[in-house]
Amino acid sequence: MAGYRTPLGRARGLGSAKTGVGHFIGERVSSVALVPLVLWAVWVVIGLAGGSFDEAVAWIRSPINASLTILLALTGFYHMQLGMRVIIEDYISKPGTRAALLLLNLFFCCTAAVLTVLSVLKVAAGGGAY
Amino acid sequence: MADATTGVRARPLSPHMQIWRWHVTMAASILTRATGVALYGGAILLMGWALALASGPVVYDDYVALLGSIPGKIVLLGLTFSAFYHLFAGLRHLVWDSGKGFTPAVADRSAWAAIFCAAVATLAVWVVAGLMGKL
Repeated sequence: MAGYRTPLGRARGLGSAKTGVGHFIGERVSSVALVPLVLWAVWVVIGLAGGSFDEAVAWIRSPINASLTILLALTGFYHMQLGMRVIIEDYISKPGTRAALLLLNLFFCCTAAVLTVLSVLKVAAGGGAY
Repeated sequence: MADATTGVRARPLSPHMQIWRWHVTMAASILTRATGVALYGGAILLMGWALALASGPVVYDDYVALLGSIPGKIVLLGLTFSAFYHLFAGLRHLVWDSGKGFTPAVADRSAWAAIFCAAVATLAVWVVAGLMGKL
């Protein structure tokens, strides 16, 4: 691979950022976890579709349902953060725009994960406010 | 080859997408990424559902009504296909990660299989939903 490096890069001793393997493995591990979680989610959506608010509250108050929903959200938002990061890195070459979009993607996914988890916990663990 | 002033070697470029003849592995690859982006939107809908649920019955009923409208159902149909296709494409990638399935004939077949399985699974889910009186 040394033949593809520029003389300047060789002089500086720069190679890869040495963090690609973690991204690769994180993407694969989360994808394996998402296979059963997404199949479960499709089945759940059919069941809850068109249902009332009370039905949905009763459903999320089951600890198994709440736990699997939280796992789906955390794994999903993690996986999509990794995937969107690759897309941004592939198509956006302007350094400032790229950095801004990467940060936006990261912050958005983290915020979405926290909002989803706290919303589920509020209803699942709430003391019958509704 | 090397440019004397910058030291940058002329790098090989791959031809732009538009001059390639379409083939199924290329379509499967693009579809994997496109469905991934669609599922990004799907995850936002999941977040919206959780937020609506935490906001009480009025907001929740509005949210469910929105998803149950015709445009809502079209989006959900697209997301069903996206979820299944991205799942089968992901399984294909996991097989590739083990070092198998790279010959053109096998890659072509697995691409068609992923598209076919996703279409059948999508149809099955919506037929089941219809039989349960959910449509």
